[in-house]
Amino acid sequence: MDFTALSETIIKGNMDGAVKETQKALDAGSDPQQILDQGLIAAMDVVGEKFSQGTMFVPQMLRSAKTMQACVALLKPQFQAGTVSSKGKIIMGTVKGDLHDIGKNLVAMMLEGAGFTIVDLGVDVAPEAFVKAVADEAPQILGMSALLSTTMPSMKATIEALKQAGHRDKVKIMIGGAPVTSQFAKEIGADRYAPDAGSAVSEAKGVLAAG
Amino acid sequence: MIIVGEKINTSRKAIAEAVGKKDAAAIQAVARAQADAGAQYIDVNAGTFLEQEKVLLPWLVETVQEAVDAPLCLDSPAPEALKEAMAVHKGRPLINSISLEKDRYDALLPVVAENPCKVVALCMAQAAMPTTADERIAVGAELIEKLTSAGMALEDIFVDPLVQPVSVDVRMGPAVLAAIAGIAERFPGVGTICGLSNISFGLPARRLINRHFLGLALAHGLSAAICDPTDAELMSALAAVNMMLGRDEYCAEFIDAYEKGLFSKHA
Repeated sequence: MDFTALSETIIKGNMDGAVKETQKALDAGSDPQQILDQGLIAAMDVVGEKFSQGTMFVPQMLRSAKTMQACVALLKPQFQAGTVSSKGKIIMGTVKGDLHDIGKNLVAMMLEGAGFTIVDLGVDVAPEAFVKAVADEAPQILGMSALLSTTMPSMKATIEALKQAGHRDKVKIMIGGAPVTSQFAKEIGADRYAPDAGSAVSEAKGVLAAG
Repeated sequence: MIIVGEKINTSRKAIAEAVGKKDAAAIQAVARAQADAGAQYIDVNAGTFLEQEKVLLPWLVETVQEAVDAPLCLDSPAPEALKEAMAVHKGRPLINSISLEKDRYDALLPVVAENPCKVVALCMAQAAMPTTADERIAVGAELIEKLTSAGMALEDIFVDPLVQPVSVDVRMGPAVLAAIAGIAERFPGVGTICGLSNISFGLPARRLINRHFLGLALAHGLSAAICDPTDAELMSALAAVNMMLGRDEYCAEFIDAYEKGLFSKHA
């Protein structure tokens, strides 16, 4: 089955059209996992790439993600419990002392759109809370966001806390946020740096591909 | 309208390099260009240098004030860096910023209350960022109350309503504009201030959005803006809006700016 038409509606953020296309695919007997992977996630991959290239903008990305969510809601009852395949689990949060959530939410949304399971710890997340979540959830990736140069040191503190708790080697760490640079990521011993929501997706895929 | 020139900020690569090398001439050139273009305050920010900020911020103050006869906007939430910077500052600086976040408030209150200065009161609450105009006004009101109880004059407080991007939620435009109007109406004498660039995050043609936002904000009562005064199109828009709001007798400033060639050639 060809999912081009479905993908197009997602990329355009045409909610009614996307829901219709999803229903059409289901009625035609397509496998829900295939609809998800080849229709929805494939479309969000395009959205992420275009966003990184600067040919799509935040409102368009939001619209595409909302459109995808409506389609996923339609697919969900078709999956038997536990049969949806997740690309991996990512814990996310804005670091201690920092209340900015817009960037973190955009990244979480795009990662979810790419098929990852997201555990969002919210804003002002203390190092201990990140450590506990890594211990409890056993994610492949921990994503930290900071919008203030004054809260960037909390990223380092979190990495140190993970080391002390003996969990550092169990998870890959990805960081981002307006004042964060790849050089800072190296300095504090983070594994990946993502300058925007689109690159967060490709970095996360890179982590899992590297195994 | 008070213009705070925003360019000396180490989150900009050229500035970080100049500050890292302590290249006074480069910093002074940026300071002069902004003052010549009409900035009344020059913002200085060395936040990306983290621990070195308390050495570099005072260095920036001395370096800029050697070149420009203007007060500075000391852009840091770090009490130590601010104290060092205020100790060498000539005149009354504008401290950017205090907020309702408890740790920040407690750390900064003695700094701003015990030294002669003006202060930006950022509408950021303890637990979350405000979304609606009413939430912003409530945080602003609480800050004004606390700061005046601590002895600050209303005229020395500039409330920053916290600009958030319209790309994420189109209601953010009206919310911040209504907050500016609400603060101005409820607290005569208190100033309002904001940066422009957050409004356009995530969108193309950001300078276009920023300068129209400035015009709208002015019409709603904004008294100060943190922006790039060397942006000719921005400053042209500002002159035109200011005139249309009846604040430019005989349109003299507008015509003067035109005759000085300050407007972009397509204006």
